[in-house]
Amino acid sequence: MATTPFEYAPAPESRSIVDIKPSYGLFVNGEFVDGHGKSFKTISPSTEEVLAEIAEADEADVDAAVRAARKAYDKVWSRMPGRERAKYLYRIARIIQERSRELAVLESIDNGKPIKESRDVDIPIVAAHFFYYAGWADKLEYAGRGTDPQPLGVAGQIIPWNFPLLMLAWKIAPALACGNTVVLKPAETTPLTALLFAEICQQADLPPGVVNIITGAGGTGQALVGHPGIDKVAFTGSTDVGKAIARTVAGTDKKVTLELGGKAANIVFDDAPLDQAVEGIVTGIFFNQGHVCCAGSRLLVQESIADELLAKLKRRMSTLRIGDPLDKNTDIGAINSAEQLARIRELSDIGEAEGAGRWSPECELPSHGFWFPPTLFTGVTQAHRIAREEIFGPVLSVLTFRTPAEAVEKANNTPYGLSAGVWTEKGSLILHMANQLRAGVVWANTFNKFDPTSPFGGFKESGYGREGGRHGLEAYLK
Amino acid sequence: MSDRIDVRKTYKLYIGGAFPRSESAYSYEVKDSKGKFVANAALASRKDARDAVIAARKAFGSWSGKTAYNRAQILYRIAEVMEDRRPQFVQAVVQSEGLSPTKAEKVVDAAIDRLVWYAGWADKITQVVGNANPVAGPFFNLSTPEPTGVVTVLAPQESSLLGLVSVVAPVIVTGNTVVVVSSYDRPLPAVNLAEVLATSDVPGGVVNILTGSAATIAPWLAAHMDVNAIDLTGIAGDAGLATDLEVAAADNLKRVRRAPAAEPDWTTDPGLEPMTTFLEIKTVWHPIGV
Repeated sequence: MATTPFEYAPAPESRSIVDIKPSYGLFVNGEFVDGHGKSFKTISPSTEEVLAEIAEADEADVDAAVRAARKAYDKVWSRMPGRERAKYLYRIARIIQERSRELAVLESIDNGKPIKESRDVDIPIVAAHFFYYAGWADKLEYAGRGTDPQPLGVAGQIIPWNFPLLMLAWKIAPALACGNTVVLKPAETTPLTALLFAEICQQADLPPGVVNIITGAGGTGQALVGHPGIDKVAFTGSTDVGKAIARTVAGTDKKVTLELGGKAANIVFDDAPLDQAVEGIVTGIFFNQGHVCCAGSRLLVQESIADELLAKLKRRMSTLRIGDPLDKNTDIGAINSAEQLARIRELSDIGEAEGAGRWSPECELPSHGFWFPPTLFTGVTQAHRIAREEIFGPVLSVLTFRTPAEAVEKANNTPYGLSAGVWTEKGSLILHMANQLRAGVVWANTFNKFDPTSPFGGFKESGYGREGGRHGLEAYLK
Repeated sequence: MSDRIDVRKTYKLYIGGAFPRSESAYSYEVKDSKGKFVANAALASRKDARDAVIAARKAFGSWSGKTAYNRAQILYRIAEVMEDRRPQFVQAVVQSEGLSPTKAEKVVDAAIDRLVWYAGWADKITQVVGNANPVAGPFFNLSTPEPTGVVTVLAPQESSLLGLVSVVAPVIVTGNTVVVVSSYDRPLPAVNLAEVLATSDVPGGVVNILTGSAATIAPWLAAHMDVNAIDLTGIAGDAGLATDLEVAAADNLKRVRRAPAAEPDWTTDPGLEPMTTFLEIKTVWHPIGV
């Protein structure tokens, strides 16, 4: 009998659907314009191939974008009846659906995430966000925030590289629905889908200045946050930058929402359906290469089933396919940047040096690009840095517990409070844990689920404010 | 025989359900609206503030774990005890704010009524700001509000009773515990409120009241890593201090209720914002299936 495991032939998605220009300007007042700053390159993290030259917006560019947004706010967007704003958002949602394959391929090329995630998760939820918030635009007086809710003005929005287009949708859709205009800065390493979104705004005939996209790095973001012409700051990213933003806006009238880091506990009780739990653990930490702020990076497993669960988990991890993001069979794509890869390596090495047991399945990594194998650490204690610091990569720390009280204690022993997972067949235990866990999202017998109708956001140092759902409107209304 | 000499009261702090003097042993002179000496109040120190935070943290688990019905009853009980001591509060407001007895009575009535209003919110706020979310998949998906934790409140400087009640009640009715810095010049109603709290059913540590200077104590509370939120209402108009406190609060991303330009009109409908500022929304997902 042959014992070779079943293997899939490569099944790459075609790149030909995407037309990447050699260079991109800034999208200000409805048009692409040259920036005044330097330019930088965006590369494919899976091949290190240079994809395009991107403009870096300087202070003058930021100022021009904010002025364009202010003008559009005063003259057009805030005065437009909600039902008309809604139609623009519906148009955008439809165009995103029509161009979904192109968006998915471009996202995977620029970000490194597997096509099956960009195609089946990111882009459909992006479209869903525009549909959902489009429907709020003419119903704001029913949102529970008084009979005459008003927009804030110009929103400065800064988004991370892990879900480039999804984070754009989370920020832009509710802002526009409420009558605000926006200046959005995508992450330095993943600007391409935001720039394609700018083209979509043009296709939708969105009035000039309602959406402005300015590319750049930290300096551009600082100029945007500090600009006196914005009324609202929305940021998703690291806790350190979130704190810096909170300091910058102190003493101003700017309203702020921050979606920051996490160190989620994924808690498995001894009566949990183990095969499902293993899938949930894999989704929790290896989805999107672990580049997920709400990733289940701390596995808390009840001691009595730890060995059995770990055996199953290792077997499952051995089947994960790592490699070409455009291959439809790929489970784990490329790490987004050399810097991020260095951080994952550094913290993993520290985990080993501090005495935790490191394990990865045997796997060949491509010779070019940024790659890190799915990794788990056993024998982790709460004092280990890998149990305390956000790694933002495919690295799982495994801890054990004996009682529900101990699980709660360990799960909550973190400055973060973004998400948590609970696996058990006992309903009362799920509800008890959901009550006790200090986290903004609790996934029970599932993990890493997102929906535009469902509010998302953190407790404690995971930031403040909620995105999604009716609660997401609060960030953009007064 | 001469007239009877009155027994004067020693005004103390209220921390963890007890009435300590300031750890610093400092006190300061409280004068009435005409500048006449009324009493010495305890001058809370940085250490007192830290002790109050410890007490508030200790009380948080059981207070936030109580049923909303129970918290509603306890808030209503505060109003009952205040009503019982109405003359004392009227006198304190007359002394502190220089109002006529008639006007002071109206202030006390409004403060009691506000407590009754907030008491009713305990078991309704969840229904108003919570949600069942219709996600596009087979999941049960619920969002409910939860208290943020330990909240520092800088109470208004002018409105020593109605303002005080208006900033404390919304914080505790939602399950938070609180460290309050009272009006500096007008601390007496706050101390009277502490005595009401101690004899009502509010567990020790749920409300901790410090008399003293917000400018001195607040920076420590704003930077305290075990404080989850801060209400800057009490430093209305002091933009410089407000900015400093917001910067300090960023260290652990405290939820901040910003300082208004001027003290608000406390007689108007407060709305939901004084409660929702100190609430977190928790969303729970569970698959539906057999």
